[in-house]
Amino acid sequence: MTTTPVSQQSLIPTNDPTAVTPRPRPGLRAVLRPLPVPGAWPRRLAAGAQAALPLAAALLVWYLLTANDVVLWLRFDKVPGPADVFDTLKGQLTSGSYYQDLLASLRRILLGFGLAAVSGVAIGMAIGRSRVVQALVRPLIEVARPIPAIALVPLAILMFPTGEQGIVFITFFAAFFPVAVSTIHAMKTLPKVWEEAARTMGARRLSVLAHVVLPGAMPGIFSGLSVSMGVAWICVISAEMISGQFGIGYYTWQSYGLLDYSGVVVGMLSIGILGWGTAWLVERLGSRVNRWLPRSAR
Amino acid sequence: MSAGAPVRLEGLRLAFGDMPAAEVDLDVRSGEIVVLLGPSGCGKSTILRALAGLLTPTAGRAEVDGKPVGGSNEACAMVFQEDALLPWRSAARNVEYALKLRGVPRGQRRQEAEELLAQVGLEGFFDHLPGQLSGGMRQRVQLARTLATRPRVMLMDEPFGALDAQTRSEMQQLLISVWRQYGTTILFVTHDVDEAMLLGDRIVLLSPRPAVVREIVDIRSPRRPGAQFEPEFARRRYEILASMGDAPPAELSPEGA
Ligand SMILES: Nc1ncnc2c1ncn2[C@@H]1O[C@H](COP(=O)(O)OP(=O)(O)O)[C@@H](O)[C@H]1O
Ligand SMILES: [Mg+2]
Repeated sequence: MTTTPVSQQSLIPTNDPTAVTPRPRPGLRAVLRPLPVPGAWPRRLAAGAQAALPLAAALLVWYLLTANDVVLWLRFDKVPGPADVFDTLKGQLTSGSYYQDLLASLRRILLGFGLAAVSGVAIGMAIGRSRVVQALVRPLIEVARPIPAIALVPLAILMFPTGEQGIVFITFFAAFFPVAVSTIHAMKTLPKVWEEAARTMGARRLSVLAHVVLPGAMPGIFSGLSVSMGVAWICVISAEMISGQFGIGYYTWQSYGLLDYSGVVVGMLSIGILGWGTAWLVERLGSRVNRWLPRSAR
Repeated sequence: MSAGAPVRLEGLRLAFGDMPAAEVDLDVRSGEIVVLLGPSGCGKSTILRALAGLLTPTAGRAEVDGKPVGGSNEACAMVFQEDALLPWRSAARNVEYALKLRGVPRGQRRQEAEELLAQVGLEGFFDHLPGQLSGGMRQRVQLARTLATRPRVMLMDEPFGALDAQTRSEMQQLLISVWRQYGTTILFVTHDVDEAMLLGDRIVLLSPRPAVVREIVDIRSPRRPGAQFEPEFARRRYEILASMGDAPPAELSPEGA
């Protein structure tokens, strides 16, 4: 085999109909990267307004129900109204412990979710691609999967040196299964021809895994990650309520203990906003990674 | 340029379970275009997959350049009928992956990929994803990607089967010009008699499953422009169809008429 560089001259005579003249494709770039297009800001504002409208409506209903002490089977007379909650929130925003709680929860989420994402993808890939691993590991997963993570609290307290590690473990445990299961599924539905093409070009196992299997499975993996992030929040908050020392779940439970109901609502809303933010991040990252999917499938 | 390598199939038997799919003996000279022609489902793809090392034969040998085919075999590269491009990589990045597998240093890959794509007529489409290209263009990228591995044998599995007539004939011309430059051996699978006669030095007629070589047809002065408009072409075409059991009755044949 020689290593002469490929001739730069096109093989195709200029009058040959095979010569495809490059056509400008207006709009394609714009589809890929919607941000820099002029007019994006008005559109974003409109989208923002659309999201704000139902939230504002919910706020209004909440205000009306609590301000008028409505008792309609559900009793809103004891529920704190938006104004009380806002006051409590203002107090919290100037206290350091609120931020400490937020950060503690975020840290646990990111650790637990991060560990679950990495190991879920790795183990899912191993199960999906190896019959031996499948035979050995799949039964363990199937037995462990139905156990609610919160049922692990007693053992976690017993086994882990610190409560912090226990909470991260519980979060990890809950977040692991959606990722692993969707990765296994993605392995099975990957078109065979991609891998075969890579192998005929001389790709070895690792190269196939890194350059064909993993990117090809990303759409499936990300749908697992979205589910997993939701589950992670549920578990971190529950675990904090039971055994935490800081954290927004701990704060919420603590407020309940002090009969500070507006504190409870501040805690709930904080969880909602943090959960929304992390879900948005996963979504954003997913649509970035899977930009190649046809728009309908994204 | 990397010249072609000879291919030898000796008593090659391929099966799925205990259902035989092919039993083939065939000698392909280096730099030759041999077309495997047979009905759908007879085992053509299976034969190519065995040559690519994607399938282990149950008996017999498949040799490329005197060495048995095994594992991942860089001497043979395959062009598939379906979309075998990695859809998350642009045209250029698909070719770059093949270059990376060949061991081309990172810094040279982009330029060489662009040269290869230009060669198959895709200037200006370097950064398009496969999903943004037409079927014919995607097959051009597959061709460029295959050339990037510097194959000595190209295995082509009905590569133009899904294209419209016009695009298909453009691609056939492109393939011939690429083959003239690189001199690789080509094993080309099709079920289209005209395509077989346009491209091949020899046409291997296969029986229905399990594929067995029925007859090998030599093409006199292969790939001569305009050959398909000559009476000789029609006669050969009829003969091939007849031996595949696919011909109209004799009184309708070019000679009977
Ligand atoms: N993985 C497989 N398992 C079992 N049977 C298969 C498999 N792949 C192909 N076959 C069968 O083998 C026969 C030959 O297939 P193939 O080589 O793809 O035919 P073709 O000549 O159309 O390319 C067909 O009958 C097909 O159904
Ligand atoms: Mg086939």
